[in-house]
Amino acid sequence: MSQTAYTFQSLAQTREDLLSGKISASALAEHYLSKAKSEDKYNAFLELFDASALETAAAIDKRIAAGEPVGKLAGCIIGIKDNICYKGHKVGAASKILEGFESMFTATAVERLLQEDAIIIGRLNCDEFAMGSSNENSAYGPVKNPINPSLVPGGSSGGSASAVASGLCMASLGSDTGGSIRQPASFTGLVGLKPTYGRISRYGLIAFASSFDQIGPFTKTVADAELMYQVMAGRDQMDSTSARRPVHEQRTSKKTYRFAYYKEVIESEGMHPDTRKLFDEKVAGLKAEGHEVIEASFPYLDQLVPCYNVLAMAEASSNLGRYDGVHYGKRSEKAEDIPSTYFNSRSEGFGPEVKRRIMLGTFVLSTGYYDAYYSKGQKVRRLIKDATDKLLTEVDFILSPTTPHPAFKIGEKADDPIALYLEDIFTVQANLTGHPAISVPMGTTADGLPLGIQLLGNAFDEETLFNGASLLH
Amino acid sequence: MEINDQHIDKLSDLARLQFNREEREAMKADMKKMIDFVEQLNGVDTTGVEPLIYMTEDTLELRKDELGPELSQADALKNAPSKDSDYFKVPKVLDK
Repeated sequence: MSQTAYTFQSLAQTREDLLSGKISASALAEHYLSKAKSEDKYNAFLELFDASALETAAAIDKRIAAGEPVGKLAGCIIGIKDNICYKGHKVGAASKILEGFESMFTATAVERLLQEDAIIIGRLNCDEFAMGSSNENSAYGPVKNPINPSLVPGGSSGGSASAVASGLCMASLGSDTGGSIRQPASFTGLVGLKPTYGRISRYGLIAFASSFDQIGPFTKTVADAELMYQVMAGRDQMDSTSARRPVHEQRTSKKTYRFAYYKEVIESEGMHPDTRKLFDEKVAGLKAEGHEVIEASFPYLDQLVPCYNVLAMAEASSNLGRYDGVHYGKRSEKAEDIPSTYFNSRSEGFGPEVKRRIMLGTFVLSTGYYDAYYSKGQKVRRLIKDATDKLLTEVDFILSPTTPHPAFKIGEKADDPIALYLEDIFTVQANLTGHPAISVPMGTTADGLPLGIQLLGNAFDEETLFNGASLLH
Repeated sequence: MEINDQHIDKLSDLARLQFNREEREAMKADMKKMIDFVEQLNGVDTTGVEPLIYMTEDTLELRKDELGPELSQADALKNAPSKDSDYFKVPKVLDK
């Protein structure tokens, strides 16, 4: 057991502390491993990678002792969501169907973190196959919110949020298909980034909805999010949808920016009064600093979540077809022939929410309903993207609360799928259109619960997005 | 839209899932709720709108025909629920 005390300030500071000899990478790794073992009351970590974390740390210390250069994330202790692959380590998307599965390769995002000498400390609980907004759908039990353990941390990257919010690691990776990074960041008082679609390679990310999924960081500060992003972003030969656009190194900023917000949503009845109050204060603050904040209307607000549901579930039903009980993952003991291998392995291996989404996805893709639902969804997606692009020619950012409400009680909304899907109203737009979006803390409710504010910006202009986020946080 | 037993039979067959009586009733109710919810898409006129299918703006290009990283046979078999030294094994396909 390590007795080392370490107060985390920022990822850059940790690297400095290593170089100045204030602490060693090994001491840091031991400190965080021991902390994650004794203080994880939130069911955040599914497994700690003790051996590889200590080995990585020892190698970094050796290089520092020899006066060799170290990477931008030297000594930074990072957890990864349980749907991101790391060679030689287990990964399971918090699903029984992948119990015992071991990665045969490392996700490009993780590989790039390791290249910069980050220490991957373990894998983090999430909703099964990243499907959920509350992290109640994990086969390994719900994750709790460190702010108040009777509350959900948000989802689907709930473990990634809880681990950083409770100081069990310095930063973490999540994945965001409809808000799965930004919503838990909002519920736990963190910064959460969903980069532009194609910015960070999806190679090694267990697929949920391939035209929506993006990997992104959870951090305490905007500067840390930017550093993580810069390390992971950029073209990857292993993901043909990864973009060739250059990634900014130094930020240049304007003096003032233009923001738009959807007045009718902010004033709607579904909005928590504290959310509205905090949002109004932020808007007033921006105006007082000389920024322009305009009211905008968006013609497809009611269609955002339905469009997302149709398309993401269709893609999920297709992507999850690979779990067949033959090549990897669970095979039912009741498998007697080929059909019973498929039917039993899938029915025993998937949880109820995953089955619900596969069934709905299968429905919208089936003969007779394809045009009315799937094709229709793709057309509405085009209209939503065009309208978003148009609004972003007039302003730099679309500003909104990240979520209508703060974190809710575990079990409170579990029986009502529609109520849970409505949690995604502000976040799904960026996944439908591919635009980057970031959630930063905007304050706390009267009950002391954190809430986030979201900026959605132009595609491949994360640089401006970070400028905006720095203004707000 | 009403979701009946025939819908569930057909969809669960396509999706290779099976449900007991209780699960089936819950699925019927949930699917009805969700389908009614996504009906809101019909409120939008999409005449003449091209479906948005690919999210990438870059044109895809062919990679060079060179051997890249590959998965060895041993690695590919590593996670198989049943295997021998060369093959994935499945329960018998043909009766005697």
